[in-house]
Amino acid sequence: MTRRAYSRKYLAIEVLVLLVGLLFLAPFYFVLANAVKPFGAIVQNAASFPEGFYYENFTEAWRVVRFPRVLFNSFVVTSVSISGMVIMGAMAAWRMVRRPHRVSRVYFVLFVAAMVIPFQSVMIPMVKVANVLNLINTLHGVIIIYFGFGMPLTVFLLHGFVKSVPKELEESAYIDGCTTVQSFFRVVLPLLQTMVVTVIILQTLWIWNDFLLPLLVLFREGLHTIPLGIFKFFGQYMDQWGGALATLTMGMIPIIAFFLALQRYIISGVTSGSVKG
Amino acid sequence: MTQRTLHGIKDDVIFMGPGFLFFTVIVLISFFMGVFYSFTEWNGVNREPIWIGIQNYIEIFQGDDQAATSAVFTAKFTAVSVVIANTLAFFLALALVQPLKSANVLRTIIFLPNVIGGIILGFVWRFIFTNSVPSLGAVTEIALFQLPWLGTPETGFWASVIVFVWQRTGYLMVIYIAALLGIDQNLIEAAHIDGASGWSILRRVILPLTVPAITISVFLALSWTTKMFDVIFSLTRGGPFGSTETFAMNIYFEAFQYNSYGLGSAKAILFFFVVATISTIQVLVSKRWEVEA
Repeated sequence: MTRRAYSRKYLAIEVLVLLVGLLFLAPFYFVLANAVKPFGAIVQNAASFPEGFYYENFTEAWRVVRFPRVLFNSFVVTSVSISGMVIMGAMAAWRMVRRPHRVSRVYFVLFVAAMVIPFQSVMIPMVKVANVLNLINTLHGVIIIYFGFGMPLTVFLLHGFVKSVPKELEESAYIDGCTTVQSFFRVVLPLLQTMVVTVIILQTLWIWNDFLLPLLVLFREGLHTIPLGIFKFFGQYMDQWGGALATLTMGMIPIIAFFLALQRYIISGVTSGSVKG
Repeated sequence: MTQRTLHGIKDDVIFMGPGFLFFTVIVLISFFMGVFYSFTEWNGVNREPIWIGIQNYIEIFQGDDQAATSAVFTAKFTAVSVVIANTLAFFLALALVQPLKSANVLRTIIFLPNVIGGIILGFVWRFIFTNSVPSLGAVTEIALFQLPWLGTPETGFWASVIVFVWQRTGYLMVIYIAALLGIDQNLIEAAHIDGASGWSILRRVILPLTVPAITISVFLALSWTTKMFDVIFSLTRGGPFGSTETFAMNIYFEAFQYNSYGLGSAKAILFFFVVATISTIQVLVSKRWEVEA
């Protein structure tokens, strides 16, 4: 009964959703089609199919945005922030569940409360704090700031997950003479894998694409991340759409590749992360 | 005994110390400093903030037309976008859990905009609205394409809604799909056998069972729309005439363009209270709804 024949009703639905799908794809068409046109052709008709492949847009954008540089910066900031966040968050979450304490209970409430604080509500004094601590205009500075902002969701998701992990394994590790730290990294962390993947995915989508925080603390050009590099490019070359669209295309490619490669994990990560949150 | 507690404290510090420290310094201290600054005049010129009591808050309510404009825009944008994105996401999910040949591909396509940064998407749509759409209008002579999409407050509003819905529907859809797949098929079969029509199955069986997913999705959509920043920042930069400026953008401009950090902080704290209250009310209301369903 569950596998009914592919009837006319389904065909109608299929056609309808395919049309919606085309609408969702249309913006990508406009960007790609125009990114390979010379400026004159874009001005003439910005909806038509390109007649050739004008790759100069890409070579120019590559050079002006310093694409290898911004790609590298984005990669470093995202990967180091998330590694640190996950390790510190998992350690804290595990300890908070296994050895609850007055301080850790207070912090759990603070983490949950902090999840509803909009970034814009703390950004002004945050810049001042970052200034005092010398975190402005350095990649490690941004990374440290991300540690702070990423902690609430990381701890919250892992806290919920640790509760479902049986204690027996870590206890036998103690008996075998492991220290707490050893047993955490050898026994506990591998058991948290499912939720760690979810955390990594949610935080990657956030940090890789984040714009406002880098805008506030990274001014030096060599430190720009992808969103910042694109924003600065547009500030200077507003009307040169050819190069601008090539920049947008290049900016999208890494994260789209990441998504298509890990699609299954990303979609299930998004679902489980949202359901918990 | 003392040795064991000492050991325990050492482990507490090792395990919870770093995470708590970064959070405390970056988020907590900033938040409380922000509360303090909101009662001061602080413009970067005279370096030290001067205590002025609730003057900033009075200023926001009495003398700041642009803050009011951006608050109204954010409220309207939130209400309209949350409803449209969730409705569209729900029906798309309903369609894509049917045995369609293109279901998986479509799920990927519709989700795709979510992984791309808001600043990029805003620029993409700025190009589309200022170049591609007029070209389509010139060729097809369809009036909808001939509108000055980013040129007037009214169309600018709808342009923002369109971009948001395009960007976020897929995320909500994925949540609805998970919820719909979790429904016990026997319930639906039973309703069929009892002679219920498709519409009443949807209303009386499927919808009540997806209320938890609706709670989550509305919560997420609210938190995106109330805090809307980067997409509109690159799409319209708040224009024309500040008509599409979100409240989050207003805070940014106040602090980092006009350098009035005190007033900006007051707006930021007010913003926090409004966002937190809306989220809390929404969760409480839909939790009640869940129990009744």
